[in-house]
Amino acid sequence: MLELHALTKAFGQNTAVMSLDLRLREGQIMGLIGPNGSGKTTVFNLVSGFLTPTRGRIYFQGRDITGLPPHKIARLGLARTFQLTAVFREFTVLENVILCCHLHSGTNLWQQFLRDRKTRRKEKSVEYKAMGLLEWMGLKELAFDRAGDLPHGHVAGLGIANALAAEPRLILLDEPVGGMNPTETEETMERIRRVRDNGISVFLVEHDMRAVLSTCDEVTCINFGNKIAEGPPRAVCEHPEVIEAYLGGEVEECYL
Amino acid sequence: MQNISYRQAFFIGVFPIIAVSAPFTLSGYKVDLLTNLLINIMLVSSFRLITTTGGWSLAHIPMMGCGAYASALFTGALGVPFLISLPLSGLTAGLIGALIGYPLARTKGFAFFVASFAAGEAIRLSWMRFKVPFGGHSGLMVPIPDLFESVSWLDFSTAVPYYFLTLLVTLICLAVLYRLDRSRIGNTLKAIESHEDLTRSVGINRTKYKVIAFSVGSFFAGIAGVVLAHRLWAIEPHQFGFTTTLYLLVWVVFGGSHTFSGPIYGVVSLTLLAEVLRPLAEWVPMIFGAIIILTLIFLPDGLESLPGKIRPYLWKGKERREPPPPAEETRPGPMAAPESSER
Repeated sequence: MLELHALTKAFGQNTAVMSLDLRLREGQIMGLIGPNGSGKTTVFNLVSGFLTPTRGRIYFQGRDITGLPPHKIARLGLARTFQLTAVFREFTVLENVILCCHLHSGTNLWQQFLRDRKTRRKEKSVEYKAMGLLEWMGLKELAFDRAGDLPHGHVAGLGIANALAAEPRLILLDEPVGGMNPTETEETMERIRRVRDNGISVFLVEHDMRAVLSTCDEVTCINFGNKIAEGPPRAVCEHPEVIEAYLGGEVEECYL
Repeated sequence: MQNISYRQAFFIGVFPIIAVSAPFTLSGYKVDLLTNLLINIMLVSSFRLITTTGGWSLAHIPMMGCGAYASALFTGALGVPFLISLPLSGLTAGLIGALIGYPLARTKGFAFFVASFAAGEAIRLSWMRFKVPFGGHSGLMVPIPDLFESVSWLDFSTAVPYYFLTLLVTLICLAVLYRLDRSRIGNTLKAIESHEDLTRSVGINRTKYKVIAFSVGSFFAGIAGVVLAHRLWAIEPHQFGFTTTLYLLVWVVFGGSHTFSGPIYGVVSLTLLAEVLRPLAEWVPMIFGAIIILTLIFLPDGLESLPGKIRPYLWKGKERREPPPPAEETRPGPMAAPESSER
């Protein structure tokens, strides 16, 4: 599904990602972990096209997407969310999802401006689709609330719904449970598992080890831009280099 | 809901009466003032379209000048009739807008400010520099439009017919801009301002949308420029200088740019104020400066945010007068109706 070959990104003298190889199989939840500043978000920015790699290639569904702009990558079926669960705060929850249905609205600019009967019908069907997505995410009751007023856990759900609205084959989630309490974390992780069960592959960056353990099918750990371990979550957790990277602190939680 | 119906009532009932009767009750000078106001309304509304993507272009007045110069050349040098020159000059401005909009769409924030200012000044300086065809510092003469040569009472060199011509053009422009603002395109533009990276990650080509907004905004600025030029009968580069840009910014800051009507409130109220303060004309720029500073401190979202700020106080008064409804009784019918109709 997604393959990174010797992916390297250097910012001046600093190498944020160093020759990273990674392979994500279809229908999997792959976790990318690592201490702060280890280059996880940089990997995401490279894959989604917000940054261009210094060296290396990125293949998505067998196609070379290295250096494509973000909107073209999204068009190929790869959507992402952002840290701090960014949404369009000024819009309502429903409007958020409708806006993110951009790729599948089925109307061009002229039709959107003129709004003839056919276009209005299509707009209505996009609205139904968005509403269905919200229902599936358990956000239907909040559809008419302003997105900026939602509690944190629901904003994360909306962020995922926004990404799903682009009908991706693979979604990248950047710290989906960052700053959440345990209940919200469990809810969000349940949502992510449901996304996977619907045939959409998931690639996520996360700090919360317990969430990673309970959800991911496979985990890769990087530090200072280098891959130090990969494999099933529990094996990665017990890897001595991983424990060293986290200074034992967070990894102890694995055994709880 | 109530608010909207008041507004609809105003646009259907009161506005046409004012707009049609005003030129017959006012003196010639004041009719020209109204014509000017309509042109400025077109200007701020087209400017707002560009601001919805997040950039405050300083090239908007030069784009207006592009329309004016284009029409001066089309009608004056080439003898194109006014009715064809009007959309053609708008398209010229829109095309130039697309050309400078493409590089501008890649800049953000302060860089956008500076780059748009530079682009606008470059256009303006080229009018001064090239005596042929732009006439240099002294500018160009603009012919008086003769739409219906056979109809003698419809003389567009006089104030009242020209006012109605401007009114018609303005209403068409506003209708198109309003439609655009309310459509999916308008929402997409606002979403780009709200979170640019998120729009890109769901497949929206933000550069394309920004160029479209800039280009369409420039088109309508160009139309405003054409209408201005054919009333003034002569244009010169100085009219489209930075002072005019500053006035445009003052109108939009004062009115607010989050709603479609905000900038229009701004330009109407400040034009009325400037007229009231006519005896103190020399002081007007200073008074405007003070207004802007006070607006930014006390009303940062502009005049449009005022009703929303006052309303809570009004509501509080109303709620106190009404006794709280009994909680145990569930009364169907009129009490439940307003809540359900909200959605």
